[in-house]
Amino acid sequence: MALYDLTAHELRQQLDSGELTSRELTEALLRRIEQLDGTLGAYITVAAEEALEQARAYDEARAKGEATHPLGGIPVALKDNLVTRGLRTTAASRMLENWVPPYDATVVERLRSVKAPVLGKTNMDEFAMGGSTETSAFKVARNPWDLERVPGGSSGGSAIAVAAGLAVWALGSDTGGSIRQPAAFCGVVGMKPTYGRVSRYGLIAFASSLDQIGPFTRDVTDCALALNLICGFDPRDSTSVNLEVPDFTKALRVEPKGLRIGVPVEYLNQPVDPDVRASVDRALKLLEENGAVIKEVSLPSLQYALHVYYLIASAEASSNLARFDGVRYGLRVPAADVPRMMEETRSKGFGPEVKRRIILGTYVLSAGHYDAYYKKASQVRTLMRRDFDQAFKEVDVLFAPTTSSTAFRLGEKTRDPLSMYMTDYFTIPVNLAGLPGLSLPCGVDKDGMPIGLQIIGPPFGEEQVLKAAYTYEQLAWPNGAGRQWRAGREVAVDVR
Amino acid sequence: MSVETKVEYEIVIGLEIHAELSTESKVFCGCRTTFGADPNSLVCPVCLGLPGSLPVLNRKAVEYAIKAGLALNCEIARYSKFDRKQYFYPDLPKAYQISQYDLPLCRNGWVEFEINGEVRRVGINRVHLEEEAGKSVHSGERLLGSEYSLIDYNRGGIPLIEIVTEPDLRSPEEARVFLEQLRQILLFTGVSDVKMEEGSLRCDANISLRPKGSTKFGAKTEVKNLNSFRSVQRALEYEAQRQREVLESGGTLYQETRHWDENRGVTVAMRSKEEAHDYRYFPEPDLVPLVVDEAWIERLRAELPELPRARQARFVEQYGLPRYDAEVLTTSPQLADFFEACVAEYGQAKPVSNWIMGEFLRLLKAEGKAVEQVQVSPKGLADLLRLIDQGVINANVGKEVFEEMFHTGKEPGAIVKERGLEQISDTAALAAIVDQVIAANPDAADNVRNGEMKAIGFLIGQVMKQTGGKANPKVVQALLRERLLGG
Ligand SMILES: [Zn+2]
Repeated sequence: MALYDLTAHELRQQLDSGELTSRELTEALLRRIEQLDGTLGAYITVAAEEALEQARAYDEARAKGEATHPLGGIPVALKDNLVTRGLRTTAASRMLENWVPPYDATVVERLRSVKAPVLGKTNMDEFAMGGSTETSAFKVARNPWDLERVPGGSSGGSAIAVAAGLAVWALGSDTGGSIRQPAAFCGVVGMKPTYGRVSRYGLIAFASSLDQIGPFTRDVTDCALALNLICGFDPRDSTSVNLEVPDFTKALRVEPKGLRIGVPVEYLNQPVDPDVRASVDRALKLLEENGAVIKEVSLPSLQYALHVYYLIASAEASSNLARFDGVRYGLRVPAADVPRMMEETRSKGFGPEVKRRIILGTYVLSAGHYDAYYKKASQVRTLMRRDFDQAFKEVDVLFAPTTSSTAFRLGEKTRDPLSMYMTDYFTIPVNLAGLPGLSLPCGVDKDGMPIGLQIIGPPFGEEQVLKAAYTYEQLAWPNGAGRQWRAGREVAVDVR
Repeated sequence: MSVETKVEYEIVIGLEIHAELSTESKVFCGCRTTFGADPNSLVCPVCLGLPGSLPVLNRKAVEYAIKAGLALNCEIARYSKFDRKQYFYPDLPKAYQISQYDLPLCRNGWVEFEINGEVRRVGINRVHLEEEAGKSVHSGERLLGSEYSLIDYNRGGIPLIEIVTEPDLRSPEEARVFLEQLRQILLFTGVSDVKMEEGSLRCDANISLRPKGSTKFGAKTEVKNLNSFRSVQRALEYEAQRQREVLESGGTLYQETRHWDENRGVTVAMRSKEEAHDYRYFPEPDLVPLVVDEAWIERLRAELPELPRARQARFVEQYGLPRYDAEVLTTSPQLADFFEACVAEYGQAKPVSNWIMGEFLRLLKAEGKAVEQVQVSPKGLADLLRLIDQGVINANVGKEVFEEMFHTGKEPGAIVKERGLEQISDTAALAAIVDQVIAANPDAADNVRNGEMKAIGFLIGQVMKQTGGKANPKVVQALLRERLLGG
């Protein structure tokens, strides 16, 4: 098996035994990026030199017995909306095409502290607005399972990198499904932790009350390792929660017996691709056969989720993106005076999807509309939290499809924003309620495209979610033999 | 007979005051707030609004704002929140200001002040906490039309309180006196430097006219760019007159914003584009709501110092000072503290008050210094007064000694000794000099003999001259009387 095929915990053994150095591993991945990324479009910026330097530092520290973290020395990719000191950070926008930040995001500091080489910054929808990575201002991103299909979005590049072996694991951000949906489309594990679990300091904001950083990994074990590294209170983020972080690997237990799984009827009633439905049903059946209890639950407010989401997310986005005015950093289009310079800069710097949301958000916050839209949406959001709280009194976790269908074709939805927005139908409520949600592979459809199973937990119930996910993963694929991400990559890329 | 009578108008004024809080660090980041540092040297990703940065509320700024609220007799909200006030302007790095909209930290307060012997009370509608913007310097007069503009973000993120009064003020003079009182309260509370010239205290005024007796408000003008206490009064006088003329000539007033032009002494209408703002307020999602508990408020209330009007009253009561003295001595908390420390050392208030209001303030003013920058200790001043009382030096020499104390902080006894300034009271020593002076000035001596007592002053002056000012004037006078008038 090639190095790029392995999970972090498998690579850990090789690094610890001394049969492999971080430098060798990093070089192997950089070669792979060079080979394939022209086709896949996973990276906006590759940081080969910096990654090799970090790998060297890791190897040196390990030789002295100093580097002990499970993810130390293991190369990782970062979504390009995570701010990196000295390394260009674009958010896939012309607006920040040449912006080199003077500081590191908190999660980036944590990666540096364990000497994890950062391979580069991954492709995404512009400012994380989109569900297919097609709004990226820079390059087309392709699904490694079928190059004519989208990888999903907005964290499409990170999903591709992990699925195709262009990074061992990656970080993305999830505002309405931007980690879970591409994870489902690319056949990898993706998790959005509880709002407040991971510091947002240094994440270029899309919608502040919804954004969360989370990992893409090749299995649930790596997901737990990644959470151990990135979770925790940060005094620089007032919305991060000061709660002790457990060792998430302790939740990696196969315990189907007595696991109470809820299935929201509102999801069952949605039009879903029959292959997706069948896969999710099979997963539920497998767990039930092993002693889990399946129960239908009702979350009536879910029917408003999409509307509420687009009002709140757009309102916050319109405000968060106002700072890109050409005055201090990023793009500046010269004009006769300052107001016109700002107008020109914003006209040329933002793509159409970003503009659409700024206009929508500005509208819903305007005098005379605030109460009808933003305020009402915030109230519905409260109801939604209540519905989830109610459901979690009866069940440990909720199961649902991550998406209603598998990855769609490039260009298929770009002309119809509403159908694109619909792709987040199953993931959005989790952000609105601030819950932890994980997507993991649960089979393929008739075209061989991966299907995602979504597991949702109560606030700060990451351990419950991981335990359910690990239980399913181990029951469905004992010994990791049929891991989805590997199959997918082989189909689309290596056997071209 | 004509029935036409002139309508009498009542002036209605409300103020919006911004005061920078004097915390050591900014309101949402750890940057220092030092005034006058090199441009853009006190900045970080947060106060520059860089992508990805997040605000963290400085608890000290909250405490200062609560203290200000308490000093203004406000209710303190147990639950308040922050909101984004959105507008595009180059000195506003995030294109929104973090402020408080519908749930301010403090509300429903009042301030009392005295004008023409009458005590007036003005309602405080609200006090809220927000962040300061950066400072633009334009090559021309303003942003539009300038060839270039430079922005210093050092000021950006300094904590600011906005104080909004009820429309309770009834004359431009009242507005000025109220503002001076408010300034003093903030100064005593220790929450702000309140320097209008440095911009740490700013004021906008709303003014309207209505027929006397009416309870409805007229169309108001918001007057901006009031850079001194004097300009507040001048601008409002101008604006009241302008509105009166419009109304008396049958015109109509519209709500508008006008800019005070200090040099021309007029208010000028601002273009509607500059004032038409929809700030699109919404709750700041990067900050959690601000919850203030009772214990915190009570601790801050206990820390609140005695406020200027209370202290004035006590000075009159406790020390038997004239009102005027009490007012002067309470112009700053440092001066009032110094006065009380001196009285504690010396025991009597009025002589201390005289010296502070005389020599001390004269020297402060001449040197442009603040009380806390001066070397004189309360014990030093008390010692000096005792030297005068004991006749070791006379009052004039005392002033000389005090000036040296003021500059060097030396003990008065040491100065007197070093410079040999002890008063000569020895009758034998002075008698010889008195005789010399009488001999040298026969005309003056004759005048005294003939009962022209004015001349005796001249002769005393001559003796003082001979002794380098050190002669005890009382002894000299007694000797002259004895010699010329036979006792
Ligand atoms: Zn700062």
